This record gives sequence, C-alpha cells and structure tokens, in this order.
Amino acid sequence: MNLNLLSWIIFLPVIGLLVIALIPRPGQRTVKWIALAATLASFLVSLAVFLMFDRSAAAVGHMQFEEKVLWIPAVNSFYHLGVDGLSLPLMILMTFLGVVSVLISWKIQLRPQQYFIWILLLETSILGVFLSLDLVLFFLFWELELIPMFFLIIIWGSGRKEYAAYKYLIYTLVGSAFMLAGILSTYFITKTLDITALAGIEIGSSFIPLSALFFLLTIGFAIKLPVFPFHTWLPDAHTNAPTAASVILAGALLKMGGYGMIRLSVSMLPQIAVYFAPVMCTLAVVGVVYGAAVTLRQTDLKRLIAYSSVSHMGYVLLGIFALNQVSLAGASLQMFSHGVITGLLFAMVGLVYDKTHTRDLNNLSGLARQMPVITVVFSIAGLASLGLPGTAGFVAEFITFAGAFSSTVIAGMPVFTLIAVTGVVLTAGYILWMLQRVFYGYPLDKYNGVGDADTVEKISTFAFVVVIMLVGIYPAVLTDIINMGVAPIAKLIGG
Amino acid sequence: MMDLFKYTAPEITVLAFALVIVLVDLFSSRKGVLPLLAVVGALIASGFCVMLWGGAGSESFYKMITIDQFGLFFKLLILAAVILVVLASYKYVLKFDKFQGEYYALLLLSSIGLMLLVSSVNLITIYLSLELSSISLYALVSFLKDKQSSEAGLKYLILGAVASAVLLYGMALVFGMTGSTCLTCISDFLKAAPANELLSMPVLLTGLILVIAGFGFKIASVPFQMWVPDVYEGAPTPVTAYLSVASKAAGFAVITRILLTAFGVPTWIHFEWGVIIAVLAALTMTFGNLVAVVQTNIKRLLGYSSIAQAGYLMVGLAAMGMAAQSDAVVRSGLLFFLFSYTLTNLGAFIAIIAISNRINSDMIDDYAGMGKRAPLLALGLTLCLVSLTGLPPTAGLIAKIYIFSGAVNQGLIWLVIIAVINSVISAYYYFKVVKAMWLAEPKSDEKVAASWPEWLALAFCCIVVVIAGVVPGIFIAFAQSAAKIFGA
Repeated sequence: MNLNLLSWIIFLPVIGLLVIALIPRPGQRTVKWIALAATLASFLVSLAVFLMFDRSAAAVGHMQFEEKVLWIPAVNSFYHLGVDGLSLPLMILMTFLGVVSVLISWKIQLRPQQYFIWILLLETSILGVFLSLDLVLFFLFWELELIPMFFLIIIWGSGRKEYAAYKYLIYTLVGSAFMLAGILSTYFITKTLDITALAGIEIGSSFIPLSALFFLLTIGFAIKLPVFPFHTWLPDAHTNAPTAASVILAGALLKMGGYGMIRLSVSMLPQIAVYFAPVMCTLAVVGVVYGAAVTLRQTDLKRLIAYSSVSHMGYVLLGIFALNQVSLAGASLQMFSHGVITGLLFAMVGLVYDKTHTRDLNNLSGLARQMPVITVVFSIAGLASLGLPGTAGFVAEFITFAGAFSSTVIAGMPVFTLIAVTGVVLTAGYILWMLQRVFYGYPLDKYNGVGDADTVEKISTFAFVVVIMLVGIYPAVLTDIINMGVAPIAKLIGG
Repeated sequence: MMDLFKYTAPEITVLAFALVIVLVDLFSSRKGVLPLLAVVGALIASGFCVMLWGGAGSESFYKMITIDQFGLFFKLLILAAVILVVLASYKYVLKFDKFQGEYYALLLLSSIGLMLLVSSVNLITIYLSLELSSISLYALVSFLKDKQSSEAGLKYLILGAVASAVLLYGMALVFGMTGSTCLTCISDFLKAAPANELLSMPVLLTGLILVIAGFGFKIASVPFQMWVPDVYEGAPTPVTAYLSVASKAAGFAVITRILLTAFGVPTWIHFEWGVIIAVLAALTMTFGNLVAVVQTNIKRLLGYSSIAQAGYLMVGLAAMGMAAQSDAVVRSGLLFFLFSYTLTNLGAFIAIIAISNRINSDMIDDYAGMGKRAPLLALGLTLCLVSLTGLPPTAGLIAKIYIFSGAVNQGLIWLVIIAVINSVISAYYYFKVVKAMWLAEPKSDEKVAASWPEWLALAFCCIVVVIAGVVPGIFIAFAQSAAKIFGA
C-alpha cells in the first residue's frame, strides 16, 4: 500500500497555488478559501501519517512512508522522501503553521492572490526540506524557500522592508553557497547523495578535509538557525515581515537549520562533531545569554520576540552539540515547541499591532481591559516561552538541560548547561516585564475603542494553545517518536 | 558525393533560405513573410539535425568537418536561438525600416558560420567558419545605424579583427610545431612525441595560449571581455540576445573540441591549460559579477552577467583540463549548462525586447512597476533572472549543481567556492531588477503588451527552463549522449 502520502503533503499546497494562479481574476474570498483548503488538506494528510506512523521498536532507525524515484540519473540523484522520528514532528509543525498562517492572513488586502501563492510555496519548500532524503533534492527545497520569503518581506512587510529582505537574501545565499560546496564535496568523497546512507558512513578521509566539510555544511545551517555571530539577519527580517511570514519564519524556517545539523552535520560526521562540540556549545551559550540580554532592552514588540528566538535557538544548539540521546531529543522537542510558542507570540504581536497600530512598548499600556482574550492567550504564550510547567516550553527545556547536563560525550557540559540555564531566568524577566508593560498598568485613553480578537483570530490562536498544552501535559505524544529518531544518531556518537 | 550533401544538409538549408529571403525581400512588399521564411528554414534545418542524430561520427570534406552528436547538439542549440530571436524581433525589425530582409538573411548567414564552426575538426575550417559568422555579426551589430550602434559595430569589428589575428597566429604556431592543422593529427603528434621533447617546446604552449585567447574573445572571458558592455548596449537588442547565447555557445563548443581533441593528451598538456582556464574562470566571474552590481542599464547588466556566466562555464572547462580522460559528468555538465543558459538568457532578452521596445528605454529605473503594467512579461523575466541566479525551480540551479559537481570531482573545490560566492553577488543585481519591477511605483499606468510571436518565444523559454529545473533527466541524457564523442 503506497499512497505517496508524503508527496501529497508537500505538493497539496502547490496544487492550491496553481489553482489560485490559474483562475482568472479571483476575489479575495475565493483565494483565501482555496489557500485554507490546500493547507488544511496538507495538515490532515500529515496527521494521518502521524497516526499511521509505526512506533514499534523494529521501526527504530528506519525511514517510513518512503518514496524513491530516479530523478537525475547523471549524478545518481533520487526523488527520495521519507519520514522518521526526527522529521515527523517538524512536518506536523509546518503543516499546522501553514493552516494557521492562512487564518492569520485572513484580512490581507494587498494583492491577496500573490500573497497566498507565496505562502503556499513557502510551505511546500519547508516541508520538502524536512522530508527529502536526497542531498540535491534537499538543497533544491532549501533554496526554494528563499524566493517566497524574499517577496513576502519586501512586498507585504513594513518599515525597512527592502533592507531586511536583501539582508535575508544575502545571508541565506552565503550560507547555501557554502552548503552547496559541502554537498558536492560530500558526493565526491562518499559517491552517494542518499541521506540515509550517509548517516554513520565510513569516510576514509583525514581529519582536516573532513573538518572543512563539516564547516561548509554547518555554516549554512548555523546562519539559518541562527547561531550567535550569524544571527543579525533575524531581528530585521522578523521585525519587517508580515505577521504570517514571521510566524512561519520563527515557527518552521529556523528549524531547517537545527534539523540540518542533526540530520547531516552530526549524523554524517559524528567524530568531527564531537571534536568541535565545545566550540559549538560555547557559541550556543553565548547566543543564549547574549540573545536574552539584548531582548531585555528591546522596545519594539516584534524585535523583542525575534531576539528571544536567538536566545531560544541557543538551547537547540546546546542540545544538539551535547550529543547524547536525551539532549538531542530535547533539542528536537525544543524546535517543535519553540515553533508553536513563538509562532503564537508573533501571531499575538500581529493582533496587538492590528488593533493599536503600534508595536512600541512605550506607547502600549493597560490593554488587558480592552482585549481580555488577547491578553490571556498572549500570557499563555509568554508563560510557555519562559518554560512554565504544563506547557510545551517546560518539557522541551527540561529535557534539553537534563540531557546536556548529564552528557558524558563532551567534557565540561555541566558548566555550559549551568550558564545556559541563566537564560531561563532572563527569559522570565523579559517576558513578564513585556506582558506587564503591554497589558497591565494604567489603561490609556487612546485605546478605548480598540476591540478584542474576532472569531477567525480566536480559532487560530486557540489552536496554538491546544498544541502547547497538549505537548506540555502529555509530552510522550511527541517524545516517543523523537526518541525513535535520535536514538540511532546518538548510537553513532556513543552517547 | 551525396554524403556531402547529407552531412551539410542543415547548413545548405539555412543558406538556401537566407538567399530566398533576400530575393523575396527584393520582389515582395509583404515583409511579414520574411520572419516566417526564416523560422521555417531553421525548423527544417533542425529537422535534418535530428535525422543525422545517432549516426556514428563521420568526417567529410577531406576531414575538414565532422558530423557527430556533439556538433549536432550545438547546431540544434544555435538553430533554436535563431528561431527564438527571429520570433522576438517580429516587432523590433520595424526599426530597420526597409532593411528587414537583410536583417533576417544576415542572421541566418551568421548561424551557418556558427554551425560549421561547431562541427569543424581542422584549424583551417575553424578559422574560416569563425570569420563567416563574425562578418555577418559585425553588420548586424551596427544595424540600427545610429551613433551608438555604429560605435558598437566598429568596436566589435576592430577588437574582433585583433582576436582573429591572435587566433591565427596561435594556430600558425601550433601548425609550425606539430606540422598539421587537423585536430586528431595534432593529437597523434603529441602522443607520439617523447615528453621531454615536448617540454622543451615553449612555442607550442604559446600557440595554445594564443588560441585560447582568440576564443576568449568569442566567449567573453577576462581579459578579452572589454567589447561586451558597449556592444551589448549599442547593438539592436535581438542581436545582443543572439550574440550572448549562440555566439557564446559556439565559442565554448569549438574551444572544448580543440582542447579535448587536439590537446587532450598527454597529461601534462591538458593539466597546463586546465590551470590557465581555472584562473581565467575565477577572474571572469568575479569581474563580471562585481561590475554588474553597479549597472543601471539592463542591457549592460545582462552583458556583465553574461561575462559572469561565461566564468561559470569555464569552471566546467577547467574541470575538463583536470579530468582524467573519462569524466563524463564534467563534459555533459558543460553542455547542460550551455543549454540552460541559452534558454534562460534568451528568455530574459525576449522579455526585455518586448518591454524596452514599447517604453523606449533600457534603464532599470524605467522598469519600475512592470509587475503592474505587464504582469506576465515581468513574471517571465523574473523567472529567467531567478534561473540565472541559480535558484529553484529552474534549470539554472540544476545546471550549477551539475557543472560544479564535476569540478569538485576534479579537486577544484577552491574554484567552486569562488563560484558559489559569486552566485551570491549575482543575486544582488538580478534581484535589483526584480525589485524594480514588482516593488517600485510605475512611472505611468499605461499597460505594456507584447506581440504573439514574442509571447510564444518567451513562453517556450520559460516552460523549458522550469521543466529542465524540475525533471532534468531527459535534458541531461541529451547532453550526455552529445558529450560521448570525447569518451564515455
């Protein structure tokens, strides 16, 4: 029984965008309903895959729902898709965010036809990255993501949108330029492009070329994640992007970096990863603390959330390069939960901005009276972000830190972890301070008329809350699967 | 005797149609029939190329030209370029007033030269067919007869003549050292000669370098690229399009053939030219991309971009120099890149011809708001620029991956890193045009429409570019069978 479910998941949005592109002069309503139908269909199929996923012990280390067709014979490249415990949560995350980002954009007025085409193409490309098992295919999807995001920022963005879009374009292209060189070198050294075959492959090459290969691949992922010195594109892109693009950017796009690191850098070159882990962990810790410290000083709501992403992605990097099974699982779960939590935070910022037309903390105060629902949901997102027990944020951070602390593969992990944990304290600081400044305090007269969330907005934000709570209360729904995905990788390192 | 006609059927057909066009132009006042004749001629010639495809490589005319799949691949590419350029000039030729017949005839005549060039296996025929194509092109470049166009034509003529002289001198030196002008004979001589004797032959190497320099002009490699921006800007835009693809493709074809057939063995000599070309490739793409960044005229921008693209192509050429005799990926990579580049660049030029001809400007600033004034033309141009940048879902990405993978295989990782960084720079100026079209406010609300032949040509380019970007298999197989003549 092969229904090519993964292809459907990836290409249902493409079908949607073709329909949108081909119907002549569609109304705004038609366009958004088609977009919603396409993303919802993709989400439902991905849920089906989630339910049908084989969770038995025999399935550990194997790809499921595989599809493999020869694609470019000359370089032995296949159209090869598959899903395992590592990619499944991220796939669900993306299809979920696809649906809610269409809902978030429900009121879009400017060129809705083009807008939804780009959103759908973005969804396809990110899903393709998570599900590809062939390096050329992976790279194709990786690059494909660039164009929709560029247009989303530069056309529907605000503020310094041109600067932000170009910065995003150039940063990403620099990363993928190195990655392309890395992928081609990989092919040259190993003679295969199959990602599953590359995991734990014996590479009879000496240390220095392999280190070079490691960095060629990892720089691209590090820019995407983003890792500390390469993070400066992120606040600009986030601040100026339209809300839905921010949600997808923070929610799923950054995870391409973390996913790539685990799937390629660590799986393919475990020994090199162990060797450079202290460097990466140092960058992670610097990112956590620096990101959090800078967040404290932000007065623009969106920029604040953006910098908090830099800090939280530091946890992911720490979890990955602590290199034991628990920390890798923690990092994977952190990617998922950060995707949902920060997605929700950006959605809420978007709502607040829609109603008040400002994102400046100094101009906001006492909004709890005008918008009680938004206040509650925003607070839940904030509390999840600072890792309150009962939310997805807590579980993910706890597993990450517990794993990293107890890692025996890398020396000095307890020290790195202890420093990184201070990030949690700082997070509590900036989140609570932000909530207090925006929603509590003296109500301002000028916001007397502003309304609360409407039905569509409630649906999209409550959907987020459900997921956050579900994973927070019953984490095994994901951790079982994630463990299946990271166990074989951890075995390669011996952690 | 019949064989000779059979083997040169494509060229003869094109020649016949060129003459018919001149005659019809003399006696008929209906100019609309001329482009039709040109297209039909090129189509019939393509038909002959397809019929010849698959036959074993056979040399004819006393080993002066050969009919092999490598040559046929390029003939098809050149004919496709001719057809697309003719379609794109449908409206543009009105500028030439009563000289439309000459325009189409010259276009066909230059294509005969290029078609002979790609199948020549003797230095003499190579030189002759090169001149045949060049002389028609000199006339075509100055066809607008205004100040800029005449200046461009003169520049092209003078620099072209210098390049020809350099080439001829190089060929003379090679002939002097090896005693032969046929490519396989040169190869035989080099194989037979003892290595230490060859090493004491700096004259041979000088000859080789001069030959590379002569063709460097044709493919617009640094340091022989000076003519490109002025000629591209001054020439009629369809001619620019033709120059940037057909002439360049033929240049790469013949340089590949000379280097691989005549100088493919022994090892030291192909390593020698491999290094030279690797360095030139790095300089060419870096120069092209850096200077393109500051351009404000779209034809000049594409001129510099075509220099940069030549640099990427030379990466493939350099990899051949490094290659052991049997690296098929490298050779077919070069051919696939040329295929992708030809269609992409033509697509971009067709959109530019359509737009510029109606707004009477080549300035990027005047392209502002084209996304509103001509959404489909802007979309086509955007797609081609995306492909030139090397982003999915277009042939440009596959072509880059393919050609660079060959280079990495030959240990040219440093060159590939330079090339990929160059791609990043190129994104900046390609997207500058994209940004102007989709983001800037239009200068007027007047819609810009294209004629149906322009639509047809643009749609063809875009569709093929996307198909080759998504399912490149068949196109790569095509390139591979063409590259087979140099060994599996």
